[in-house]
Amino acid sequence: MSDILVDVRGETCPVPLVEMRKALRTAAPGSIVKVLGTHPASMKEIPMAVEALGLQLLGIEGLDTDWSIRIQR
Amino acid sequence: MATPRVTMVLHSGDMDKLYSALIIGNGALSMGMEASIYFTFWGLQRLTKGGLEKGPLSKMHMLGLGKWMIRRRMKKARVASLERLMTDFRELGGKVIACEMTMEIMGISKEQMRQEWIDEYGAVGMYIQEARDSSITLFI
Repeated sequence: MSDILVDVRGETCPVPLVEMRKALRTAAPGSIVKVLGTHPASMKEIPMAVEALGLQLLGIEGLDTDWSIRIQR
Repeated sequence: MATPRVTMVLHSGDMDKLYSALIIGNGALSMGMEASIYFTFWGLQRLTKGGLEKGPLSKMHMLGLGKWMIRRRMKKARVASLERLMTDFRELGGKVIACEMTMEIMGISKEQMRQEWIDEYGAVGMYIQEARDSSITLFI
């Protein structure tokens, strides 16, 4: 089971959220999706989406202009 | 329990309003909801071949100058194209419904439409049936 990396640095709303969702759709259950981004609003909304999808947020690191979020599928 | 749903009516054909509809739709799908957009009246024209990016700005269009300026700024800010947002919307399971009455009024045939995007051709009953069970419904 390998981790999936979603690199949306430089992308703006709604691309980080959409790319996160696409990756989670293809990820095998139990695998980890790591999202890298620079859009501040996405750093706040991705955890909301993870909660709404009933998935587990493993961690948020970095600044709001350069962050990384790990999600367990 | 049924999956929560967003149902939108896109009456406007303005570029910025189509952006709003597709961004809200993609956001809803990304957050685990279902989403449908009913393209009607001026909005329906955006589903014709080559019509997606053709809408004017709802304000300050200024014979196209305003639109040109906004598009330049959007490109600089790396805002996704409408084509990409539509592709994402479809890929994540978003539903596109084309209003049949508008097609009649405007004399638009199915052959003139981007049929690969359209799930159904319908009328008001289809909208009401979906909106009845939607937690969010918007008229744009």
